[in-house]
Amino acid sequence: MSSAAAAILPPRGGPSGAASDAFWRHPKFLLLLLLTPPLLWLGIIYLGSLFALLAQSFFAIDHYTGMIDYTPTLRTYRELLTTPANLDIIVRTVLMAACVTLFSALIAFPIAYYAARYARGKWKALFYLGVMLPLWSSYLVKIYAWKLILAKEGIFNWVLAKLHLYWLLDAYLSLPVIGGNSLSVSYTGTFLVFVYVWLPYMILPLQASLERLPNNLLEASADLGAAPRQTFWSVIFPLALPGAIAGSIFTFSLTLGDYIIPQIVGSSRLFIGQAVYMQQGTAGNIPLAAAFTVVPMVIMGFYLWMAKRMGAFDAL
Amino acid sequence: MTSAVRFKNVCRHFGAIRAVDGLNLEIAPGEFFALLGPSGSGKTTSLRLIAGFERPTAGHIEIFGERADAIPPYRRNVNTVFQDYALFPHLSVLENVAYGLKMKGVAKKQRLARAEELLELVQLPGYGDRSPAKLSGGQRQRVALARALVNEPKVLLLDEPLGALDLKLREQMQEELKSLQKRLAITFVFVTHDQGEALSMADRIAVFNEGKIMQVGTPEEIYRAPRSRFVADFVGSSNVLPPDLVERLTGTRAWASLRPEAVRLVSRGGHSATLVSSSFLGAQRRAVFDFDGFQITALLAADAKLPEPGKTARLAWGESDLHLMEDEPVDGPEGAA
Repeated sequence: MSSAAAAILPPRGGPSGAASDAFWRHPKFLLLLLLTPPLLWLGIIYLGSLFALLAQSFFAIDHYTGMIDYTPTLRTYRELLTTPANLDIIVRTVLMAACVTLFSALIAFPIAYYAARYARGKWKALFYLGVMLPLWSSYLVKIYAWKLILAKEGIFNWVLAKLHLYWLLDAYLSLPVIGGNSLSVSYTGTFLVFVYVWLPYMILPLQASLERLPNNLLEASADLGAAPRQTFWSVIFPLALPGAIAGSIFTFSLTLGDYIIPQIVGSSRLFIGQAVYMQQGTAGNIPLAAAFTVVPMVIMGFYLWMAKRMGAFDAL
Repeated sequence: MTSAVRFKNVCRHFGAIRAVDGLNLEIAPGEFFALLGPSGSGKTTSLRLIAGFERPTAGHIEIFGERADAIPPYRRNVNTVFQDYALFPHLSVLENVAYGLKMKGVAKKQRLARAEELLELVQLPGYGDRSPAKLSGGQRQRVALARALVNEPKVLLLDEPLGALDLKLREQMQEELKSLQKRLAITFVFVTHDQGEALSMADRIAVFNEGKIMQVGTPEEIYRAPRSRFVADFVGSSNVLPPDLVERLTGTRAWASLRPEAVRLVSRGGHSATLVSSSFLGAQRRAVFDFDGFQITALLAADAKLPEPGKTARLAWGESDLHLMEDEPVDGPEGAA
């Protein structure tokens, strides 16, 4: 009888039983055990390499011997910030990243809004598939595909010619700065490919933030007399802003650091990523490459600080 | 006099679901009106039809004599206190209350001053700077109320306004809402599934079931003279007596309701019944009797002299306490309620 009746405190044998009991009594120990490996990874490999890079930027190259002088100096930064060519690269990259981010946000919003508030079941699955599918194929293939699409003999020009709108493209390409010989060798081309490649990274966080927006807040706003436009600016926009900021961190920093897209599609003028690639490769100037890398980090830091000050994260 | 709100044959169907089905209702200006019913009975949909969040699939709605079915919510002089308050999380309490005025284009200084006045009205002076997330449920409720009142609506809609509060706070808020409504003389329409709340607060009640109104009347009418088994059952825990029994008692074949508090214990006369169980409620004692195969619940004085369970007692009630209802006296096993 006693064996059939359930014991009040049944023992659980074996080392695994003892281990779970011990963990239950000392939950902090379990946490420590679980966190140590990833923290070691993050601390040593991830942040460690970052600090090694930062340290590099405080050395300088001896231009006569081509050797790195390992005494701490700000000479590399002076070179970065006083050479007009370098400044051009920085300004060009930041402007491009800003345009790409803004435009991505503009086209991502309606898509994300639809997906978050209206799409259900099959349509939602279709949305995720549509947004994610381009991410599954090779980055290089997509960029070369765009190069062909935008080339002088490409399908885009062909369609415009068939529509007798070629003059429109011609007029556009004759514009200074954004124009060029063809779209595939213009800033516009670079811009289009950047937007195409980074758009999913804007849509997904925006969609997540819009999904968390309770419907009754929109109803409450309308109830209190806000026309749809007022509801957008007073409720939807501020509450979706953290999502847009999260998305913009992706689009902005990915554009700041990319060195392949502007090399394949664009007007052979350098972006930061390409400058880093050149300085650490052909030029062998690791300190300057490191200093270039610090620029996006400083810009992103400043951007986040501004966003926080403007209350972009208040609704989190 | 024009009704504050008038439903004319209003239907709201969601596919095959008839949330509101052929509703006719008039709510008088200045009335405290309750829409009472179980969940899914169409009371919330009716409220949303007045607010403009839903459009009728048939029929039409008038607000103070004007047809409203094609008017969007932001052009109706009607405001809502939402069930879960729906306060804007990115705005302070004061900005929440001032929101309606901001949308109207009232200057900042004036609207904040007015919002502060409303916070005083709902007894939250000085809470303006806080974030809604830092408030308790009762405080949020008051902020939602102040926010809905800031535009001085003609009709205030309240969707289960006290549902999320604990009992004591709820009783206090019932009193406050009632006195506020008297003071402001605004038509209040509130949705509740709590019959006690409806009875104690409302001037009139509409009892809903399956998208239809079962009965409209003052709390006393609804409580004393329920027209159907559903109303008798839902409003208070009435004894519903089946036609067979009622025929034996009165000679009329109909369903009847008998309020538990109308049942008395007597020493002679009356009807003989067997005590099944009894429980002590504090001020009263509830006893369940077996009467001719039907269960009758009685609310007795706490010191009532009850026999042992299984023994007989004698029950009596006034002739008028046995209230005959309009349901068709269908024979069948669904008899005892």
